[in-house]
Amino acid sequence: MAAYRTIIAVAVLLAVALALPFTVPTYYVQFASKVLIMGILAMALNLVVGFGGLVSLCHAAFFGLGGYALALATPKYDPASFFVSFPFAVGSAALAALIIGALALRTRGVYFIMVTLAFGEMLFFLFHDTAIAGGSDGTFINYKPEVAIAGTMLLDLDRPLVFYFAVLTCLLATIALLTMLVRSPFGHALAAARDNERRARSLGFPIFRLRLTAFVISGAIAGVAGYLAAAQFGYVAPQMLGWHLSATVLVMVLIGGLRSVAGPLIGAFVLLGLEEVLKTATEYWKLIEGLVVIAIVLALPDGMRHLLIAAFGPANDDTPTVTSVAEAKHV
Amino acid sequence: MTHRILLPGLTRRGLLTGAAGAATLAVAPQLRSPAVAQKAPLKVGLMLPYTGTYAKLGQFIDNGFRLYVEQKGGKLGGREITFVQVDDESKPEAATDNMNRLVGREKVDVVVGTVHSGVAMAMVKVARDNNTLLIIPNAGANDATGPQCAANIFRTSFSNWQPSYPMGKVVFDAGLKNVATITWRYAAGAESTGAFKENFTKQGGKIVEEMTLPFPEVEFQALLTRIATLKPDAVFSFFAGGGAVKFVKDYAAAGLNKTIPLYGSGFLTDGVLEAQGEAANGMKTTLHYADNLDNPANKAFLAAFKAKTKMDGDIYAVQGFDSAALLDVGLNAVGGDDKARDKMIDAMAKAKIDSPRGPLSFNKAHNPIQHIYLREVRNGRNEFVSIAHESLDDPARGCRMA
Amino acid sequence: MDLATFGVQLLNAIQYGMVLFLVASGLTLVFGILGVINLAHGTFYMLGAYMAYGIAAATGSFWLALIGGMAIAFVAGLALENVFIRRLYGRDHLAQVLLSFGLILVLDDIRQVVFGKDVHSVAPPAFLSGSIQLTDNMSYPVYRLALCGFCLAIAAAIFLVVQRTKVGMVIRAGAENREMTRALGIGFDQINRYVFATGIALAALGGILVSPISTVFPGMGDGMLILSFVVIVVGGIGSIAGAAIGALLIGLTDTFGKVFFPNISSVLIYVLMAGVLLWRPNGILGRREA
Repeated sequence: MAAYRTIIAVAVLLAVALALPFTVPTYYVQFASKVLIMGILAMALNLVVGFGGLVSLCHAAFFGLGGYALALATPKYDPASFFVSFPFAVGSAALAALIIGALALRTRGVYFIMVTLAFGEMLFFLFHDTAIAGGSDGTFINYKPEVAIAGTMLLDLDRPLVFYFAVLTCLLATIALLTMLVRSPFGHALAAARDNERRARSLGFPIFRLRLTAFVISGAIAGVAGYLAAAQFGYVAPQMLGWHLSATVLVMVLIGGLRSVAGPLIGAFVLLGLEEVLKTATEYWKLIEGLVVIAIVLALPDGMRHLLIAAFGPANDDTPTVTSVAEAKHV
Repeated sequence: MTHRILLPGLTRRGLLTGAAGAATLAVAPQLRSPAVAQKAPLKVGLMLPYTGTYAKLGQFIDNGFRLYVEQKGGKLGGREITFVQVDDESKPEAATDNMNRLVGREKVDVVVGTVHSGVAMAMVKVARDNNTLLIIPNAGANDATGPQCAANIFRTSFSNWQPSYPMGKVVFDAGLKNVATITWRYAAGAESTGAFKENFTKQGGKIVEEMTLPFPEVEFQALLTRIATLKPDAVFSFFAGGGAVKFVKDYAAAGLNKTIPLYGSGFLTDGVLEAQGEAANGMKTTLHYADNLDNPANKAFLAAFKAKTKMDGDIYAVQGFDSAALLDVGLNAVGGDDKARDKMIDAMAKAKIDSPRGPLSFNKAHNPIQHIYLREVRNGRNEFVSIAHESLDDPARGCRMA
Repeated sequence: MDLATFGVQLLNAIQYGMVLFLVASGLTLVFGILGVINLAHGTFYMLGAYMAYGIAAATGSFWLALIGGMAIAFVAGLALENVFIRRLYGRDHLAQVLLSFGLILVLDDIRQVVFGKDVHSVAPPAFLSGSIQLTDNMSYPVYRLALCGFCLAIAAAIFLVVQRTKVGMVIRAGAENREMTRALGIGFDQINRYVFATGIALAALGGILVSPISTVFPGMGDGMLILSFVVIVVGGIGSIAGAAIGALLIGLTDTFGKVFFPNISSVLIYVLMAGVLLWRPNGILGRREA
């Protein structure tokens, strides 16, 4: 019953996503692209936060690195090749995640939050205070990356419609990858370490390595999102790496619910939609957004799932828990 | 997790109603009729900082622009004007988004903005891509009327190069040969001190050290100590807003102003004199405006601005005012029909405006040609001393527009 | 660099470190006792500065601003603890991070309603407004020297309370082992409330004290929050002495970094932090895993 409902929901959402660009003005297609990109970032973060139980406040830094990688790879008067710049962006983000993760994962709990926050800010300052890519002014990407093989243009990302579908493809790939990971023995072991670290350790899981792997994968996907965001806006600024964005994405994760792969996407939609409406309605939109965030934290610790349960009754819970540790032992 | 509280009164029906509302909201924009009738009001998008560090500047530009439109009975070139406001918060990362909102969602005909150079450059990019008419009422980034110049982009303020360049000669002529510069490490700072250095070294002066600190840091103590050690003949600085307040005060508190005179581009003492207090007294700066300029346009402007807002007009208000005047020239030339774009732009480029700042015209890159004044801080005002450079044009380096 | 200049730069470093200590000590207290991570700490630093501006502008007295600002912050801290923070005890860190992030957004806009969004400056008290001649052409503002003294006094007071009083004993016990202390139930609810309010008041005090030497502007709390975190990570969570050591190290690194490596000075403190993490993951004086 529950699975049946999920399939229908997914089919409807996919249909809406596919039909959207043909039915609304360009501005809303761009808005939808933005939602999907932030959704990718939020889903990436949730691998660490929701499934790994580690509250990271530096994912905006990986996001920003992905964007800056594109900016640095793009010559002033030519587009960058997608096949060069994309791996460069993802690689940079993954490398940064590896180094920061290796240091930060030496710590626990609140230390981990502070250390990730501080290292994220270090990367922010690196781009803010030095002359790399325009310093605090940021820099422009005059051309969207070119998806071409041997001079033949495969995709024209300059067209909002094409770009939207490219982003949608990345989003679906991310969902597929994360779902696979979460359901794999790796995902079960990661969740086991989250639920009961001591027990997972005594069962012989290499916890540090598990978490570092999750952190790096998550950072790399955040880099993908940053790459797409930079390509969409044609501009990168240090604020892309700042912790305010990290915290905002955490809010998306919380709204969407910590225990589902695609939930953060809903969180991104809700939060960005809310901002879009509030910004035109009042000068004090941050006040309202802040109150909404506080209300969600206090009243809906499981995010929108609470609302969905209120609306449709309890759905199935596909979260791996400690009970599934046994089958995952051979990681 | 023990908190399983649901919001009271939350029902399935309530949620569905909400969902239906959201769906209507999403579809609504399509239903809007394509109202582009000839005499429909001209939609002007004001993209300015209404909050954040530059909020006051945004407010003055906004007031200046509206003052001009009001003086013309709400019409420019016979066409009624309506406004759409967007707060850019001086955040470059949100600039493209905000600009797209104005151009894509609100369908404005002209965009006016903004203060922050980074935001302005993002606006320039969108304006170039969409061929939107853009008037920049403050941001001085050289590139906007340099490599990024375009027919549909005008600036009514200054290029960062402009106000600082004449200061090189002023300082050298005062007999000061060894000068240190200090500024924030960002484009406006580099362009401003660069222009000073260009002229100062051309005259034969020597820059002993170029100090920078990250934008917008205001902890100057370590660098002030450095200046005391270097003992230059003078210091040239570029800061604005809160940083300008603090730098001038700290410089005086360190006692440096007694032995090493501090010069700067006019932004060092504009709009911040009240906060700087006595520390700023006697400081000399160069800018394209002075508070007590003795010309009829300025007197009329200051009186009208005071009557409208109860505040004293300043250079930012003048720039907003002139932006409207420039748009007026364009719309007048085409009888209010902004679709006759080429003719309109042609008229704007050739405009000769009797601005409160003095005669204002435009170069091939659509950057102002204007007097740069030497001013001195007296009686809490930036008072006119002399014209430091008459009708200064901007080199518009990299602009490929004929 | 001659000796006199070195001395002045050292003074700059110490004075900067003192302010950092003041703000960070509030944060480390709140975490040590309550186990709550409060991202809105920097916001109270900013609010303190704005209150100093508001009260000083209205009354003309810096001292009134100092006392009034701290009192308001303390009461606001009590109220916040009662309405929001109490609900966070025992909740996961994610909830704490996000609730305090929500508070930042709300408080920022409240500041905008009350004080506006302009940049301000505050005059120091008249008898501290002069400068002392230090080298042939360099003088040092008296207020900065007084600030050092004042911060030292506050630091001494905090140490006395923590080391010599019964409340301090509970605080130390709490920092040592929170769950155990809570289980023992030593007047914890009351102490929680007052510790949180004190932490907020210390942040505000930092903002008030720097207002005459800094500018008062909306974003000033952000940088301070991050620096406080770095101080705490370097010094060790919950340890007042650790916060003092961390703050001085950061002050020295930042000031001399600016002199010797101006282009990467702001990255240096993070390099310092990374080094400490490799050496002692729980900070220089940190004892247990938080």
